[in-house]
Amino acid sequence: MAEKKTLGQEFTKGLVKENPVLRLVLGTCPTLAVTTSVENAIGMGIAATIVLICSNVVISALRKVIPSKVRIPCFIVIIAAFVTMVQLFVKAFAPALDASLGIFLPLIVVNCIILGRAEAFASKNSVVASAVDGVGMGIGFTFALILMAAIREFFGAGSLTLKVLGFGTQVSVAEPLASIGIEPILIFILAPGGFFVFGLLIALANKIAEDKGLARAELKSCAECPMAASCAVKAAGEECAE
Amino acid sequence: MSEMTKYTVSASPHVRSAETTTGIMLDVIIALIPAGIASIFVFGPRALAVIAVSVIVAVLAEFLSRKVMKRDQTIGDLSAVVTGLLLAYNLPSNIPLWMAGLGSIIAIVVVKQMFGGIGQNFVNPALAGRIILMSSFPGKMSAASFSGANVMGWDVQGATGATPMGLISLSDGVADTAPSLMEMFLGTTSGCLGEVSALALILGGLYLIIRKVISPIIPVVYIGVVAIFMAIAFKFDMYAVAYEILGGGLMIGAIFMATDYTTSPITKNGKIIYAVGCALITCLIRLFGSLPEGVSFSIIIMNILVPHIENLTFPKPFGYVKEKKEKEEAKS
Repeated sequence: MAEKKTLGQEFTKGLVKENPVLRLVLGTCPTLAVTTSVENAIGMGIAATIVLICSNVVISALRKVIPSKVRIPCFIVIIAAFVTMVQLFVKAFAPALDASLGIFLPLIVVNCIILGRAEAFASKNSVVASAVDGVGMGIGFTFALILMAAIREFFGAGSLTLKVLGFGTQVSVAEPLASIGIEPILIFILAPGGFFVFGLLIALANKIAEDKGLARAELKSCAECPMAASCAVKAAGEECAE
Repeated sequence: MSEMTKYTVSASPHVRSAETTTGIMLDVIIALIPAGIASIFVFGPRALAVIAVSVIVAVLAEFLSRKVMKRDQTIGDLSAVVTGLLLAYNLPSNIPLWMAGLGSIIAIVVVKQMFGGIGQNFVNPALAGRIILMSSFPGKMSAASFSGANVMGWDVQGATGATPMGLISLSDGVADTAPSLMEMFLGTTSGCLGEVSALALILGGLYLIIRKVISPIIPVVYIGVVAIFMAIAFKFDMYAVAYEILGGGLMIGAIFMATDYTTSPITKNGKIIYAVGCALITCLIRLFGSLPEGVSFSIIIMNILVPHIENLTFPKPFGYVKEKKEKEEAKS
């Protein structure tokens, strides 16, 4: 790391400045796939955050034990263990969420955010810093998912499903709008709408970043990557892997 | 200073064609007028409302997006009017007007202006607008909602009910309830606004070809290959072949959509490959797909392939010698 950050900075960087989805452009697969309703987004965000915190802590604790040549398989094994735990928990206590997240729940194993934080942060920093980093990044991920899901669900289904693990309520404006002849725009909750909303949000994030004089989220070269300062690949002079 | 303004100082070329984008677009608009009149005739004043909303919103969307993006104003080239017209011609007459407007906004803002404006759109904006409306509002864009008002006191029996393309299948042939070939040629049948009257579309197409706005290659090859493919598929049942050619969006697609300058190849061989591709995909969707009609999807798919088709058919300059492969040089 180029400069030492305080724990507070480690936490807040994941929220906005290095938001994993909108600034680092990581974890786009679940972002596009599960953001069809706010409920899914919250569920996915919480599941990924738990895995991220736990794997960050364990990987950071074992960082001096894991040989660097086989570090990626080791990270995957640790991450997969936590994903399995979370998956079993969700299957037992929130079967509806398990059904709607489907394959994307076990696919957290290969989520770029978690592997990326393990590689770029947890393997080089102390346990406490890694845990704080995991919380910040996880909340940033969840925040981006909810933002995207809210836009997609509102336009695509005319409702907002504000539910966490089955508790909560659904706000719907579909029926009053239908009575005046306005229908939800179905394509927003289909795949093309996901790409469209994602593109618009990245454009917005880039615009805000540009106004503040930060780099755009555009991976033309490693140097432009917002994670460049802490990236091991860049230091080794190789091509960026992500 | 005052003397200098009398001279025009400019780079070559100094001799320019009188053709302008505005002139070409005006020709396309003129060519689209017969189909518009036919649609008002068949579907009543409601058709006029759909056309008006689409065109006005398209022009407004173009104006506002150019303004927001701080680019030169381009509404004067009339291309937004053409996009609005083509989109309206691809909608059923009883579609809610706000949906027609939304389609125009998608076509102009998302497909055209976000990619850089006229000449930069990667697919035909009007078709992309139609497809997005189709996937967004399947209930309002599906065959069951095509209905026409019997305003002229004529017996426009085909104007309500399923699109003619839903009444033909490979296994059963043409259904008994299908409109006659004459009805389909004149356009007194159901369908989207502009696609019903083959006569009006052919008139417009001939005007464009005579004015040299479009080359006849794409429409002729497109419709010809569909005819050949259908003839084989229906075991040379000429009635079914004629039905397939006159029905659905084939005419408007082949004449007005597939020939869009930006999204069709410029080379002659490229045009042929492109038209054959459009025809084959159209036939495959019509015969084996779950949708009754496939013209819009086939043109969009071939639009995306246009850069590759152009690379393949790039003409070789006279006397051009192919460069030797580096591998051989490395050996020696």
